[in-house]
Amino acid sequence: MNLSPGNTKSYLHAALQNERLRVAVDKATQTALKKRQDKVDQIPVWEEMRWQAHAAKRDALEHLAENLETFEKNCQTNGIIVHWARDGEEARQIILRLMLEKNVKQVVKSKSLTTEELHLNHFLQDNGIETLETDLGEYIVQLLDQIPSHLTAPALHLTRVDVGKIFHEKLGVPYTEDPHELLQIARARLRQKFLAAEMGISGVNFAFADSGSFCVVENEANAFLTVSLPRIHLAVMGLEKLLPDQSGLGTFLKLLPISATGQKASSYVNFIGGPRRQRCGEGPEEVHVLILDNGRSRILADSQLRETLFCIRCGACLNVCPIYQQVGGHAYGWVYMGPIGITLIPQYLGSLEGRYAPFVSSLCGACHEICPVHINIPHHLLKLRHRIVDAGLSMKVEKWGIRGWAFLAKRPRLYRFVTWFPGKFQQLLPKETAFPAPGYFKKRALGRFDHTGFRNRYRTWRKKIISKG
Amino acid sequence: MRVALFIPCLSEHMFADSAMSMVKILDHLGIAIDYVEDQTCCGQPAFNSGYRKEIIPIAERFIKLFADHQYIVAPSGSCTAMVRVFYKELDIAAELKPALESLSRKIFEFSEFLVDVAGKTDIGGSFPHRVTYHDSCHLLRELGVKEQPRRLIRSIPDIDFVEMEKPDTCCGFGGTFSYKMAEVSLAMVARKCGYIEASGAEYVVGADSSCLMNIEGYLRKNNMRARALHIADLLAKSLNL
Ligand code: SF4
Repeated sequence: MNLSPGNTKSYLHAALQNERLRVAVDKATQTALKKRQDKVDQIPVWEEMRWQAHAAKRDALEHLAENLETFEKNCQTNGIIVHWARDGEEARQIILRLMLEKNVKQVVKSKSLTTEELHLNHFLQDNGIETLETDLGEYIVQLLDQIPSHLTAPALHLTRVDVGKIFHEKLGVPYTEDPHELLQIARARLRQKFLAAEMGISGVNFAFADSGSFCVVENEANAFLTVSLPRIHLAVMGLEKLLPDQSGLGTFLKLLPISATGQKASSYVNFIGGPRRQRCGEGPEEVHVLILDNGRSRILADSQLRETLFCIRCGACLNVCPIYQQVGGHAYGWVYMGPIGITLIPQYLGSLEGRYAPFVSSLCGACHEICPVHINIPHHLLKLRHRIVDAGLSMKVEKWGIRGWAFLAKRPRLYRFVTWFPGKFQQLLPKETAFPAPGYFKKRALGRFDHTGFRNRYRTWRKKIISKG
Repeated sequence: MRVALFIPCLSEHMFADSAMSMVKILDHLGIAIDYVEDQTCCGQPAFNSGYRKEIIPIAERFIKLFADHQYIVAPSGSCTAMVRVFYKELDIAAELKPALESLSRKIFEFSEFLVDVAGKTDIGGSFPHRVTYHDSCHLLRELGVKEQPRRLIRSIPDIDFVEMEKPDTCCGFGGTFSYKMAEVSLAMVARKCGYIEASGAEYVVGADSSCLMNIEGYLRKNNMRARALHIADLLAKSLNL
């Protein structure tokens, strides 16, 4: 599946025509929101927790450079091998080299958006390494050769019926739409792979500098198997995931699952602090952490937009977004979707490629209201829009239109004359005539201009009042 | 108590009636009114489209025009938010910053002003109809105004006020968004109007003419029952002003 954020308009169009998709996305997001709200209502200190988490992320990022050094040192003490990758290409090469060196032929993966950023599955497959996603949702989208359509629920755009059909077609099993049976089918297939794989690749939710350790949060125990069964465990981590220590972790471990799925706690939180120790013979022989920059340090250096790195990928802003609810995640054309996605797209890919993304928003602010780490997404979108305009990437007509308007707005008399004109003009047209913005009026009636205008009415009213005394 | 009127573009040219309703209510409540004739646009449409430099002089002009007034009141949440919240993000001249600071503390949306500043929560009158209320996004989330308009609506003794499902979901207008992303915007307003229709309301009340224009445009074109009503119009009708 090859998507590009430059085509977002046509994806949006296609998604809006797709009734099945719209129903599936709507149902899933509404359910998640309801469950979340039920839990939030039981926590009187929810707002305080959001601000605590915000402050924790802010402080962590302020000292990120030192923290990263400490983290590397402590990882090494723990026997974890640390790799650094500046961008996607470097990361892919490091991973491939490691695999060739260790003679890895089969890989199991637990859900990791950061590896989606690297298009890792395709890359490994092209290099003859069999890669299997083990999170159920990821497994399904992998069967379809798609990318996840949601940050926490990769197959959110599909219904049970869809999944039944996919399994039937791709795996040759008899059709069923019973979720339990579907799960059993997937489990049976995955189990063999867990045992055969030489390497498990996971993401990282939170990492801790002071102890050189990290954790992976999940619900299906597939990440647990991924990080513990294969001989080698490789964790791919965006550098913003690092916290100085575990002091704020309790808050994050409440905010994340409640925001994501309305669960009070995630089913599993896997802590990884190094490879198998000699005296207890469990776990992988080798643990590697790949710390990925891929544009993050640029965002970090940008004081205006740094906050967008606070994201803990809970997906709540997607669920609550009135646009995402109707179109799903693929319409955005990139790995990160929805409100947070459209702030990240131009930052990661540059203003040119990402020039449409920040405009896929009515700026309603529901995302900011729900975000567990208080990222003011609409304000960041406005800043990004400004940068896109500044880079000369807005439409010429718009630019000149706005300049003309700005010229008038400083000259009240002229402004009054020009703005009075459409009202007069519209009087000459039949009712309901559309203005030259065809899309808007397709199914919406045009408001009528009031050719008298407020100013004149006010004057008349004032005179009446004065004459009445 | 004296207020200066801030009449946003849409109120000046399309919804002068609603702005006049606001005037009549303020007058009815004994509040003295000033009207600054030379006001133009606050710059919001350009700002939301990403044009910051272009509106700096417009913002500076606005700040100077209104600097000396005790209170400024507008029949719009989003235009109030533009001045109160977003002007601060612009690179305006340093000598105007104190004036902006004080302006941001004395500019109010109409219902917010009535309840929080003028302390008028019991307007009374009569409006024996079923109405529901639409939270406009900037009013709710930038200004934090949620209860004030509801209190005013409920203060009309014979009104039948019902909450619709998800009153705080965006109507899909979003200014230039509504034509740049017309299809998405349309899908959003369609859903909003579904909630309005399901509430059985005859009127959907709101505090922003822009959202109301969008909503009513859809309701009318699709032969739905409800009609949009600005909160100032509701109060004026209720008092027979
Ligand atoms: S931006 Fe906030 S709400 Fe959205 S995914 Fe990130 S943490 Fe969650």
